[in-house]
Amino acid sequence: MGVWQAFRMAVKSIRSNKVRSFLTMLGVIIGVGAVITAVAFAQGSTKQITDRISALGTELVQVSITGRNTNRDITLKELEEFTLENEQKIAAMSPLISSQYTVKAGRNSVDTSVKGTTYDYSKISKQDIAAGRYISDIDNEYRQKVAVIGSRVKDELFGEEDPLGKTIKMESQIFVVVGVLDELNQGQQGTSDDQVIIPITAAQRLMKNTSIRNYSFLAASAEDVDSVMDVLTEYLTGVYGSSDMFRINNAAQTLDTLSSVTDTMMTVLGGIAAISLLVGGIGIMNIMLVSVTERTREIGIRKAIGAKRRNILAQFLIEALIVTGIGGMIGLLLGTSAIWLIGKIGIVPAVYSPLWMILAFGISLLVGVVFGMFPANKASRLNPITALRHE
Amino acid sequence: MIRIQELKKHYLMGDSLVKALDGVSLHIPPESFVSIVGPSGSGKSTLMNLLGCLDTPSSGSYKLDGIEVSSLNDNQLAEIRNTKIGFIFQGFNLVSKLTALENVELPLIYSGCSAKERLSRAKEALAKVGLGNRLNHLPTELSGGQQQRVAIARALVSNPPLILADEPTGNLDSHSGQEIMQLFKDLHNLGNTIVLITHDNSVANQAQRVLRILDGQIVEDKEVS
Repeated sequence: MGVWQAFRMAVKSIRSNKVRSFLTMLGVIIGVGAVITAVAFAQGSTKQITDRISALGTELVQVSITGRNTNRDITLKELEEFTLENEQKIAAMSPLISSQYTVKAGRNSVDTSVKGTTYDYSKISKQDIAAGRYISDIDNEYRQKVAVIGSRVKDELFGEEDPLGKTIKMESQIFVVVGVLDELNQGQQGTSDDQVIIPITAAQRLMKNTSIRNYSFLAASAEDVDSVMDVLTEYLTGVYGSSDMFRINNAAQTLDTLSSVTDTMMTVLGGIAAISLLVGGIGIMNIMLVSVTERTREIGIRKAIGAKRRNILAQFLIEALIVTGIGGMIGLLLGTSAIWLIGKIGIVPAVYSPLWMILAFGISLLVGVVFGMFPANKASRLNPITALRHE
Repeated sequence: MIRIQELKKHYLMGDSLVKALDGVSLHIPPESFVSIVGPSGSGKSTLMNLLGCLDTPSSGSYKLDGIEVSSLNDNQLAEIRNTKIGFIFQGFNLVSKLTALENVELPLIYSGCSAKERLSRAKEALAKVGLGNRLNHLPTELSGGQQQRVAIARALVSNPPLILADEPTGNLDSHSGQEIMQLFKDLHNLGNTIVLITHDNSVANQAQRVLRILDGQIVEDKEVS
């Protein structure tokens, strides 16, 4: 008896029990579907974060002051002088304080991120202006209440109107819009298109916060990054007397850390995948055992007219394989649709990982073999005499 | 055809030894029509299982078509059943999800016959039992007599040297039963070897030769005119 015959018999038996076969498949469908969706979600969000970090550039060194209640704080002026002293290595430096505000213009309002910084931030963020001008050093010196807005903020507050020269209101303080930023992320919420940039001096007053805890340094080239980090560490340790009071980060390093986090996430997902497919497999084994008992007489007949042990084994094993195979396919289809949907809605970008799809499908087939083996073996070992007597 | 020497089948039931078959010797030449008759518990089912290679004896020898089968393993027995024996059971024992044609094809599937040959042989066998027009009916769509005919076609399809029928009329009304018996006679006249097991004397007496079995031993062996 060929595999083809066994295959046809198995298909026949699956089709004669459609509802049960589908319910049996459900475990595998959900298992495979969930796995590839979850993996795609993880990979998608990782991609989103990595893209944002690498968009900032690997030449970027970020300093955050973590120590509190220190005797003395580093000032912007001191860091500006430090930057000038190291101008061969450091191309730009800007401070950053930021907070969420409801920004109003006329009747329109939008919740967005407000950043206080200096002119150099335009070089560091690599985001130029589309119209008007950037905030300048003179704005900072005279504490001018001027603002550069992102495209989403412009759309929400002014629509098609030209925002230049118009005023916006934050916490009842009035700012004049002097520029509009380049659109880098299709005007999506939470991206660099969704922000308002104001002079740091005005921001300190607006946020009632004079201490600046975040500074960004742009190294002159990627090769200078290490040496910039070294001189910064040396300088700040000198100021604070300890290296525990601040943290220095570089995008490349952050990416390294992130990839190890991603690896862990993948391992966890792999574990969940294994468990969900295991549960599906146990379901298959359970139903197959019921099926073997139900069809004891049929097995007896087949054995009486000459089916060998391996014929019966093949029939039930192929049946289990087809159930898991079809389940795996439906799971793949559902998972892929879910990924597409997630991408469409825009929660995270859709990432289709062929490796994981093949892996999930392969594991579902493996589950079929492993969990189909026990019932199939049981069926093949039935004694034809007792099987024929079975009612 | 069948040559049995001192065949015994003993087994333990609880603490007591049951001698289901206690030294049976028998010779059935080819082209005979033999019935084995006995009340329930006489050992005829045990003999039937042994003759049908569904079971192996505790001791003794059984030669079927010249092959010593008493010491074969499971797979070898399956092959003997497939090629040497056609079974007909009291309860018909058709696979309920398969059509008449597919049921008849089953033995040929296991013997590795090509699809084309299988189909023509199965159709031929069904025509022989008068069911040439019921090929695609499921067993549930057929009467008891018709189901038994499908079973007979299945037994015939691989041209086995031995046809073994276990109470073939037991589940049928007397009219269908008589038709089935006539079919057996016809098949016998065509040169098939038939062994029929029954508890019913009127059925048994329609064979050429009647073997009476009691308490695991053959107590009578008579030719019927």
